[in-house]
Amino acid sequence: MSVFTIAVLAAAVRAGTPVLFATLGEIFAERAGILNLGVEGMMLVGALAGFVTTVRTGNPWLGVLAAGAAGGALSLIHALLCVTLRANQVASGLALTIFGTGLSASLGRGYIGVPAAGFHPTPLPGLARLPVLGPVLFHQDPLVYLSYLLVPAAWFVLYRTRWGLEIRAVGEQPEAADAMGVDVARVRYACVATGGVLAGIGGTFLSIAYTSMWIENMTAGRGWIAVALVIFATWDPLRAVVGAYLFGGVNALQLNLQAAGTRLPIYLLLMTPYVFTIIVLVFATRETARKRLGAPAALSVPYSRTG
Amino acid sequence: MIRLRVERRALPSPWASAAAPVLALAAALLAGAVMLAIAGLNPLTAYVDLVSDPFGSVFGWTETIVKTIPLILTGLAVLLPARMRLWNIGAEGQLQCGAIAATWVAVWTPLGHSPVAIPALLLAGMAAGALWCLIPAILRAYLSVNETITTLLMNYIALLLVDYLIYGPWQDPAGRGFPLSAPFPPAAKLPLLIPGTRVHLGLVLALAAVAATAFVLNRTRWGLEIRIIGDNPRAARYAGISLVRNIVLVMGVAGALAGLAGASEVSAIAGRLERGISPGYGYTAILVAWLARLSPLAIVLVALLLGALFVGGDGLQISLGLPIAVVYMLQGLIFFFVLASETLATYRLTARGRSPGRSW
Repeated sequence: MSVFTIAVLAAAVRAGTPVLFATLGEIFAERAGILNLGVEGMMLVGALAGFVTTVRTGNPWLGVLAAGAAGGALSLIHALLCVTLRANQVASGLALTIFGTGLSASLGRGYIGVPAAGFHPTPLPGLARLPVLGPVLFHQDPLVYLSYLLVPAAWFVLYRTRWGLEIRAVGEQPEAADAMGVDVARVRYACVATGGVLAGIGGTFLSIAYTSMWIENMTAGRGWIAVALVIFATWDPLRAVVGAYLFGGVNALQLNLQAAGTRLPIYLLLMTPYVFTIIVLVFATRETARKRLGAPAALSVPYSRTG
Repeated sequence: MIRLRVERRALPSPWASAAAPVLALAAALLAGAVMLAIAGLNPLTAYVDLVSDPFGSVFGWTETIVKTIPLILTGLAVLLPARMRLWNIGAEGQLQCGAIAATWVAVWTPLGHSPVAIPALLLAGMAAGALWCLIPAILRAYLSVNETITTLLMNYIALLLVDYLIYGPWQDPAGRGFPLSAPFPPAAKLPLLIPGTRVHLGLVLALAAVAATAFVLNRTRWGLEIRIIGDNPRAARYAGISLVRNIVLVMGVAGALAGLAGASEVSAIAGRLERGISPGYGYTAILVAWLARLSPLAIVLVALLLGALFVGGDGLQISLGLPIAVVYMLQGLIFFFVLASETLATYRLTARGRSPGRSW
């Protein structure tokens, strides 16, 4: 495999990682029946919180903690509105994105142009020397490795544990779950918060790993792409990897074309990830309809025992 | 452990229904004050500016009206599809496409210098906005593709299209390298309604659009179909109402309204295609439609209030150096508290200690 192909594949993994975190998080929220369209806002606030913490402490891991905490805190607003107060989930999610965009841009103004000591690629001993896979997968930074662990962990939790069973039951048939003694509200809060934490970490990947800077609106729609990829992934963490790296691949290719000095205008190249996501969404919708792999049955339906 | 529990009120409390939006606004401003204080600013001075800039002078009032115009039009672009349970969160992109098409007519065709320049560029803007919205509409109508995500993603594409044009083929050679199109010829500038202000013909168009939307929704067969689909999609199907046709038509009209907003903004305010034709009117439009509870007439008042917030935000930018993003933070807070207040008007919130039964 040519050096160029390997470089593009490695870049695809890097570019796909922030979306992968956010997609995994949204899978948890939606599996429990809560649609959260606030991913973009949570990613932005996470990106800022992680960046500021890294600048102040010099420790990017503290940045990751702060980003997760910030994303999680923001998601609890959504949980309060949608689980406890039974508000419209689309409206609440949009409110969260509007709020998170405004909040991060307001508080982050002093940090534009400030340098941060973020993560650096650290080759994994042994694995990094594998042919092809080594340079593609194991010459990455620690957050990418964290995402490798997260994918099977998310799959295991959802399909092989009692928690996962409860989550899926709450998302499919909350009445039945309730009758079995599952605390529907608690499960939904926990899953929305998981989504927030992962969106925050995905956001800060952009500000302390993918780049080491804060820019207003630096997520550039990746939160929305994550929401689309949840459908592509048919709510399955393993398929989320495919979607995220496909997105990353398109992104990496267009960046490489830019760097190679193509005559294609840069702004048209920058459109490709969005166009790609729409096309993917079309095919994913057709496939889920054909194979009857629908969304969780209770997605975006508030639940209460009294009605 | 105290758990909150929501119980439906026997009747929606009339007191709560009336007080809820007011309390929500007050709570949002209070929360905003806390945020401003955290950011190291004096919330009181900020809020004084926020109210006095839009309402404290004749100039302030006229500027508020200027911002109200695109908010009414994009608000309607969100409202119409929402009446049949479709989320158009792509009004921003549709607005940008309207601005692109209007610029094309004004700058790149002979029509720009002709007496029919204004109607031509407005119609072009409406057509472009409609076409842009029809892509997600057709995907939704025929392939069931989620329109919330696609309309939103189309915004990013539209904004990049503007960038492509103003950094590329449409860049004004006389613009010293700035990303701007050539200016609109005088014949293509939307006339002002009040000389000496920036209030333009768009106000008449926006109010006409409100009246037309209210009429169509409440007094025509088509409006009835839209309302039936919104109330009960299954009943609509049994009644033989075509969902596909209505999705395409309603989204097309919505896109046209947002496109009209873009055409009138670029022609009356900016006078050339550039970045920042809109500070995000198409996103605020979602809040406008929601606060108006999907009533076309209420949109005028809500758009005026949120237009004032933009004027106040501009003022804060000048007086305190605050970014316009503060406006979006406040809008988000208002949205949160309004959503909470709506539940609290129909439900009762009770706190109780650990109870034998589970509650949520």
